[in-house]
Amino acid sequence: MPERPYYRDRHIGPDAAELQRMLEAVDGGASLEEFIERAVPASILAPAPELPAPLSEQEALDELERYASENGAHKPLLGLGFYGSVMPVPIRRLLLENPSWYTAYTPYQAEISQGRLELLLCFQTMVADLCGLDMANASLLDEASAAAEAMIMLWRVAPDAKRAAFLVDADTHPQNIEVLRTRAAPCGIELCICADAADFQKHADQAFGALLSYPCSSGRIVDWRELIAELRERKVPTVACTDLLALMLLESPGALGAAVAVGSAQRFGLPLGAGGPHAGFIACEKAYMRKMPGRIVGIAPDSEGRMAFRLSLQTREQHIRRDRATSNICTAQSLPAMIAAAYAIYHGPAGLRGIAERVHTTTRGLAEALTAAGCKLVHQDYFDTLCLEHSESQRLADQAAEAGFDLRCADGRLYLSCDETVSEVEAACLAEACGGKWTGPAADSPGPHAALARTAAPLQHKVFNGNTSEHAFMRLLRRLAAKDIALDRSMIPLGSCTMKLNAATAMQSLASARWNEQHPFAPPARLAGMNALAAELGEFLTRLTGFDAVSFQPNAGSQGEYAGLLAIRGWHKQQGENDRCVCLIPESAHGTNAASAAMVGMEVQNVVVDAEGGVDLDDLRAKIDAAGARLAAMMVTYPSTCGIYNESLGTACELVHKAGGLVYMDGANLNALVGVALPGKLGPDIMHINLHKTFCIPHGGGGPGAGPVVCTDQLRPFLPGHWTAADGRTDGGISAAPLGSGMLLAISWAYIRMMGAAGLRAATGTAVLAANYMQRQLEQQYRLAFTSASGWCAHEFVLDLSEFKDSAGVTVEDVAKRLIDMGFHAPTVSFPQANCLMIEPTESEGVAELDRFCAALLQIRAEIEKVEQGEWPRDDNPLVNAPHPAADLLDGPARSYTAAEAAYPLAWIKEDKYWPPVSRIDQVKGDRSPQLVLAPDMEPGSGSG
Amino acid sequence: MSEELRYTKEHEWLVPVGDGVWRIGVSDYAQEQLGDIVAVELPATDAAVTAGQACAVLESVKSASDIYAPIAGTIVKVNDQLEDSPEKVNESPTSEGWLFEIKAEGEVDLKEFMDLATYQSGLDA
Repeated sequence: MPERPYYRDRHIGPDAAELQRMLEAVDGGASLEEFIERAVPASILAPAPELPAPLSEQEALDELERYASENGAHKPLLGLGFYGSVMPVPIRRLLLENPSWYTAYTPYQAEISQGRLELLLCFQTMVADLCGLDMANASLLDEASAAAEAMIMLWRVAPDAKRAAFLVDADTHPQNIEVLRTRAAPCGIELCICADAADFQKHADQAFGALLSYPCSSGRIVDWRELIAELRERKVPTVACTDLLALMLLESPGALGAAVAVGSAQRFGLPLGAGGPHAGFIACEKAYMRKMPGRIVGIAPDSEGRMAFRLSLQTREQHIRRDRATSNICTAQSLPAMIAAAYAIYHGPAGLRGIAERVHTTTRGLAEALTAAGCKLVHQDYFDTLCLEHSESQRLADQAAEAGFDLRCADGRLYLSCDETVSEVEAACLAEACGGKWTGPAADSPGPHAALARTAAPLQHKVFNGNTSEHAFMRLLRRLAAKDIALDRSMIPLGSCTMKLNAATAMQSLASARWNEQHPFAPPARLAGMNALAAELGEFLTRLTGFDAVSFQPNAGSQGEYAGLLAIRGWHKQQGENDRCVCLIPESAHGTNAASAAMVGMEVQNVVVDAEGGVDLDDLRAKIDAAGARLAAMMVTYPSTCGIYNESLGTACELVHKAGGLVYMDGANLNALVGVALPGKLGPDIMHINLHKTFCIPHGGGGPGAGPVVCTDQLRPFLPGHWTAADGRTDGGISAAPLGSGMLLAISWAYIRMMGAAGLRAATGTAVLAANYMQRQLEQQYRLAFTSASGWCAHEFVLDLSEFKDSAGVTVEDVAKRLIDMGFHAPTVSFPQANCLMIEPTESEGVAELDRFCAALLQIRAEIEKVEQGEWPRDDNPLVNAPHPAADLLDGPARSYTAAEAAYPLAWIKEDKYWPPVSRIDQVKGDRSPQLVLAPDMEPGSGSG
Repeated sequence: MSEELRYTKEHEWLVPVGDGVWRIGVSDYAQEQLGDIVAVELPATDAAVTAGQACAVLESVKSASDIYAPIAGTIVKVNDQLEDSPEKVNESPTSEGWLFEIKAEGEVDLKEFMDLATYQSGLDA
């Protein structure tokens, strides 16, 4: 057995012999290096940047452990929207650490995503039910951005455009106010901070919405009912910023009269992780259904009438509505949302209530102990957070810190937030450290607020009741996981999504308490290891991209775009050029580009693209001239969204710069550049990096993502700030936490550290080689949508299937669904052009898997030919009827082909058959009458509903 | 309806319903191109519109298409039935699937619009 000391040989699918075969097949030269020189244009080619020598997997784990040991071991009782929580071990083993869940893609292909769609629907149902509102979405990026999304949603539907104020309760978490401020400014929304009810009343007639915290940031629980009713009367709908655990005991925001609720599901089993990833949520009344941001799972029948699930109401979203979308959000927080739903299923309503009661009675016990020690309790109604006055509050905080607890001192007051991890022993220890005596949890607690005890019994749905035994829970998750296709079954060749290996070793740090139990606002000493690792990762990323500065704050690529465009806008403003607001975007760009530009108040102008998918220079010149001194920016993707290292990039950047604009680069296709080219040296000024594509953070069925931005020194001062920053900018925050989702950074760090510079260059070369290898096989039978001048594609390529509509009545959707019968997730469908498939194999697939996928597509081409020849009718063939669940073949309608032709079109499929749980889902019915929560008697996983 | 429908280049039709009010909808060709309509977003009544202004949206599963006011005026009525039955736009685009009514501001110049035969010959071209 040859020893494999280096991770790169595990990460890169093809071994040396396979690489040779691939090189020969495409006439790519004698070595991978020779191939890179042929396929990558000389104008962009750069030597691999300097990085430390690669570590073995064990060495990387040791190094991560060293970093982790630099983090603190204090218990953070700092609150502010982040609380300790316990992830039940079964959830860790069955869900977080199970590749069936974490390597899955966003469930656009609904038929192979029924398991994760069901669990996301459980999340929506849980959030809607606890908030007492009609519906919820399948997660947002964090609580702060959820609050901002709610504000924007109300602003868009406001019946009176003259109302430009958004009223915000002053007792709201500072990061929420900060992100609201950032998001309000470009829209011309005036943020009005209100200290009391009178303030709200005073400004109500100028306002289109209001946000109240419930519980408040200081822990106070306010009976907002009268104020909410008055505001509603005066046409000001209310958003309640809330806490799901508190809602187990408290009346729901909906019952209080709120129209919308937002928050974070973090304390439902998700680690602090220095800020994330956590599932933000938004719930609302049905009236806002078609205006809601983000992905929403709905129930719809399949072709045989079975209950099925799908992403519904997609016309709201950026990939369809572009600059008129309800939000730019794309990747959300699916895996964290599913963990939160699983936490509720695992505990059940009684268990959750027990946890909430324990948190509350412990808090009350601490209140008693600390008031006896001389503290004055400021608010009498609270759930888990105490606001205390003491003549020496800092001394008490210092004493608590010595005993191992971080408390918060602000405005001369002491704040303490309890959570489910605080044991009685710890509470006693804390009480003593502050000079008090613990006498046990409060025995006869009246609850958090005497007038606001929850009346409606929460979570009465079947799924939340009856799955609390570990066997039942284990089997439920197994049943759901088995319905889906993820990378643990087969390659997912999604163009522009880079579904590469998510190595187990790189994810190991997620299990380490020293990584994941850190509060994002803890004293810097507690986060020493985290910050050092982030700094080192930042250094790697700037070297790999040729930029100078980095911000980790954006929690997804779309957020990176938003942060980048804000930086461009900030720079223009500083130059005194406030009128620069035109953003040029190629018509083949990702929808997020246009949506992000709209969010920063820019005016989108489309630019025609050339045959290689690059901006058409003549049209660009015309658009630049037309914009004149109003030109702000151009957004480009490179390689182009057609998968080509197009020639026009350098000239296009020059033209924009000459006209006073800056260039934003969408980093979605960075997997074609890492280690072989430096985008920062090619013209762009700022770019986001999708760590969840290029740098191995798993997709998690639609998130978490991480979208740090890298930029030139010129734009560094305009990167997002954070209110906790010790030096540098304290405003302009776009996420709740300064590092975005800090916990995730170790994954990308480990990938880069284990690959080394040469390994990363080899990965890119292999990804490009694999794409060309597949293109050679498939172009014999399919038309290429785009061809490059050089003849080479980059890391992906696009097949045009439009001819089959006429020749056989077969659409690209039929082909995508037929791939399911062969056990594959479809490539990207109809982007960047209708009726096309965009295929990106990545470097992590061996030749056998590449060949298997090509064989499937060639088999499909042969089937199309049978229809073309009239052997199968156009309206009854394995393509238009795909996919084929087993039940339909055993006991379904008569068909013009055999069950074997339907289920086993290729010999090897018999070995490991994936049976789709449902047939084609009825999209139209799903969107005409959307059902967005489970009814109490529906039971996911049972298949019957 | 006895009056003849007039068509626009944007595949809408309009017809007078009396008192200076015009009813507006989309052509049969338009509904076929859009596919199954799943939702209709209609303007607020009393809203003032200018000719050519986008004032309604027809949504299918994969697209959202603007509908433009063919004439200037005030929205006086919208087809409430479409909220629960958007499929009426597909089933009956030129009658039950009408969208909204505009009280015209000033005279409507019929020469700006096409009769059915002219509209259809434009489609075939």
